[in-house]
Amino acid sequence: MINFHKNHKSLVYTSFAVFLGLSTLIAIIPAYQMQETQPLPGMLPMSEEVQNGFNTYVAENCMACHTQQVRNIEMDKVWGDRPSIPSDYYYSKQRMDFWRQSPSILGSERTGPDLTNVGKRQSGQEWHLLHLYNPRIVVKESVMPGYPWLFREKYENTLSENDVVVPVPEKFLKDPQVKIVASQKALDLVAYLISLKQIDLGEENITAFIKAKERPQPADSGANGSSSLPDGAVLYANTCAACHQADGNGLPGAFPPLAGSDIVTDSSPEMLIKIILQGYDARPEYGAMPPFADMLSDEDIAAIATHERSSWGNNAPAVTPEEVKKIRDYIQTLNQ
Amino acid sequence: MFKTENVFRTVNDFFRKKKTNGRIKIFDSISDKIIRNKYLWSLLLLLSGTTMFGQMRPNPSTENWELSPGIIGTVMLICIVLIIAILILFYRLSETLGNIIRKKDYRDKTVFSEELMTLSEPEIDEILEKRKKALGYQLSGNELSNDSEVEDTKGLIAKVTHKRNMPLADEKKKTKISLETPEELKKIVIWYLGASIFWLVFGTFIGQYVGMKFVWPEMDTTPWLSFGRLRPVHTNTVFWGWASMAMIGLGYFVIARTSNTRIHSYKWAWTGWILINLSVFFGNLSLMNGINNGGGEYREYIWPIALLFGLGLIITFFNFYKTVANRKIEEIYVSNWYILGGLVWTITLAVIGYLPNFQDGLGETVIQGYYMHQGVGMWFMTFTLGLIYYYLPSSLNKPIYSYSLGVLAFWTQMLFYTLIGTHHFVFSPLPWWLQTVAIVFSAGMFIPVVAGTTNFLMTMKGSWSEISKSYVLPFFLVGVVFYFVGSTQGSLQAFRFTNYVWHFTDFNVAHSHMTMYGIITFIMWACTYAILPKITGKNPKQFFVGVHFWLAFIGLFAYMISLMAGGTERGLSWIESKPFIDSVILMQPYWVWRAIGGSLMFLSHLIFAYNFYVMVKKRKNISAQSKTESVNI
Repeated sequence: MINFHKNHKSLVYTSFAVFLGLSTLIAIIPAYQMQETQPLPGMLPMSEEVQNGFNTYVAENCMACHTQQVRNIEMDKVWGDRPSIPSDYYYSKQRMDFWRQSPSILGSERTGPDLTNVGKRQSGQEWHLLHLYNPRIVVKESVMPGYPWLFREKYENTLSENDVVVPVPEKFLKDPQVKIVASQKALDLVAYLISLKQIDLGEENITAFIKAKERPQPADSGANGSSSLPDGAVLYANTCAACHQADGNGLPGAFPPLAGSDIVTDSSPEMLIKIILQGYDARPEYGAMPPFADMLSDEDIAAIATHERSSWGNNAPAVTPEEVKKIRDYIQTLNQ
Repeated sequence: MFKTENVFRTVNDFFRKKKTNGRIKIFDSISDKIIRNKYLWSLLLLLSGTTMFGQMRPNPSTENWELSPGIIGTVMLICIVLIIAILILFYRLSETLGNIIRKKDYRDKTVFSEELMTLSEPEIDEILEKRKKALGYQLSGNELSNDSEVEDTKGLIAKVTHKRNMPLADEKKKTKISLETPEELKKIVIWYLGASIFWLVFGTFIGQYVGMKFVWPEMDTTPWLSFGRLRPVHTNTVFWGWASMAMIGLGYFVIARTSNTRIHSYKWAWTGWILINLSVFFGNLSLMNGINNGGGEYREYIWPIALLFGLGLIITFFNFYKTVANRKIEEIYVSNWYILGGLVWTITLAVIGYLPNFQDGLGETVIQGYYMHQGVGMWFMTFTLGLIYYYLPSSLNKPIYSYSLGVLAFWTQMLFYTLIGTHHFVFSPLPWWLQTVAIVFSAGMFIPVVAGTTNFLMTMKGSWSEISKSYVLPFFLVGVVFYFVGSTQGSLQAFRFTNYVWHFTDFNVAHSHMTMYGIITFIMWACTYAILPKITGKNPKQFFVGVHFWLAFIGLFAYMISLMAGGTERGLSWIESKPFIDSVILMQPYWVWRAIGGSLMFLSHLIFAYNFYVMVKKRKNISAQSKTESVNI
């Protein structure tokens, strides 16, 4: 009989063998199984630019604060249309090079937002560049560090044609004469962030979120139609405030104000709804706005438009989902 | 029995309320039986995977989140620590009160002598007459002793004082025992501890700096000091620099002492020292330069640098193993089980963690969960338990309560701890069965934890009064209590519901400090204060040990509680789908409190470093100390 108390060999060998056996069962075999995952149809390998940006993402250890996993519980719905599945990581999780292993992008802390779908949520290059230079330019309360070393400072007369100038507001500059120019590294990093979009699995293949328990509806719901709309203020904060700001004043030189805007407060909401659905890039002094038709329902857009039309001193009548639906249908017929 | 039935009934009701779907209702009677039979239940948990615990069940309601078992359990556990702290404080206070009462007695005596002054002449005469008579009585003069001079040959009297002072706390017993230790071993222990303390101060300075960045994100804009790069510098330094170096240094003493022999090779010990320090130094340098291994927690050092550490571990293992093999006693003391086990497991773990085989897709994530949790469980926890099994009984000067419990805890530690890594990825795209196994075995961790805690507390039993008389024991007590509280809380945190609320929030950070700091660091301190005075013959200043203890303890508590409260609030805010930025804003006061707690902790480390200096600084008349050549037990 093995006597662990007196035989150091059998003690050490046994604890090694059992540990190795358990490790094989719990880690090595499942790891090999997970490696057999194939990419989703429609998934493309990273372009060189995106790959370079991804390298910067890992070098700056963005994974310390940003997850890239939409869990299969309903609270994570804000971060993606469906829960993440192993195939999503086919191209992003491969060994980086001889020195560095496959990056741990799933993350374990969500100090900042999840980035699985950030390219869809926030597709504007300008916003990302401003945010990287100093996050507090666009999100006042942010605790994210700035990355000014990914930018160069230049004077007006030394600017070349290809320089991407970032419209940093004056109060964030030490010298107001200086222009902030994005380096290739910053542009690559932004290209990577914008490339982060969940692949649509189509209706059939969808993996579902585990439903949250239904919240009991207040007794008076349905009594008037407007209370069945989602909360416009929350939707605005989640979707629009990053650019147009919580106070509706936008950012001069980057994002137009909504407070007091003629389009927002026009008695007919048609133009406003069209811009939300289709995006907008008609004014050179501002950044381009992405279309939201795929991301927001008629009810969402009605709620957001109503919120915008009645906040920050704006005073225009509410918008109904029917109005939004009409315009959405109209745009669709135009596209066909 | 009756009570258990009631609990199960409540659990059933709880489940029944959730099931509104008629189809699921059919399973009610089945689930009743299952819940009654807990063995079957855990088996089912293991086997059922997606079918029963998969997508079917809705998320639990968070309305009464404060009543969920995981949350209640955590709150109760925290209260235990608080109560223990209050008890320690109470003990100290009652001692102080005792001193004050004694002071009052003294004052009463003064009153009495003043009374004597006012006596009249005849009264005094009468008393004096009586006294004269009494004094006239004479013994031969040497009934109790002979006429020889007073001499304390056994060194029982520590201090003679003629001043009556009223100290705030009892004077702590100074270590009188001087263990005869070979000079080389002494030097190794001191140098390992010295390096570890350097890394402690450096690592927690970085930690404090990163913590302050949550409050002032624009403290600096230097790439080398940015948050993402510095965070792993903090964690890796305190892991591989502080705790690992301290453990190995303290381990060298245990291995030699309990095997009643000398260390196999002093040269190997020094090689290990150099390799590990180089690894931490170059590792941090590369991390600050933006070179990391892909950001997987605790394996951020790229492999050539981690290899240095791995070689250090392998050398240490062979050194320890050979020493145990050459032991002069038959049995292998249980400390050595843990220490050798910890080394073997960690070397295996590091090899698996750094092998280039599991790189594609989520294969790496499976390994990451396994590696990150085992790094803590198989290395720090296992090795530290081994140290407690030697240093705790030896500082109480009595044997460990139960040897068998120690052995049971050893095997269950290996069995259960190994399987729980994936609980860091609950609800992630990793296989559901893997998550379930991790959760079940996290609960299984109760067994080694309860076995270990019972063993340590029963060893301390009967020596509680020592707590106010020793500067070592409060550290042990806090470490052991945190061992129970931190580990159990971790098991509770692995449950799906608690994950639902706490995962991804700052609660995780609180948990890791509760364990790596509350358990490992406090035990390292206890061991250091227990052994250094014995081998150098110099005691630290009692006052500074006290300051160290209380600053660290209060700091840790502020740190933990603020992040736990904030983390919970943040999780609930996410569940209610409030805008993300709201959850950042609500964390701000908690981050300030965390920074305050962190400052206290950092301050205590500076004091610890000073105490270490006092304990090891060379005495001027070093020639008086004789070199010891052999170990004497």
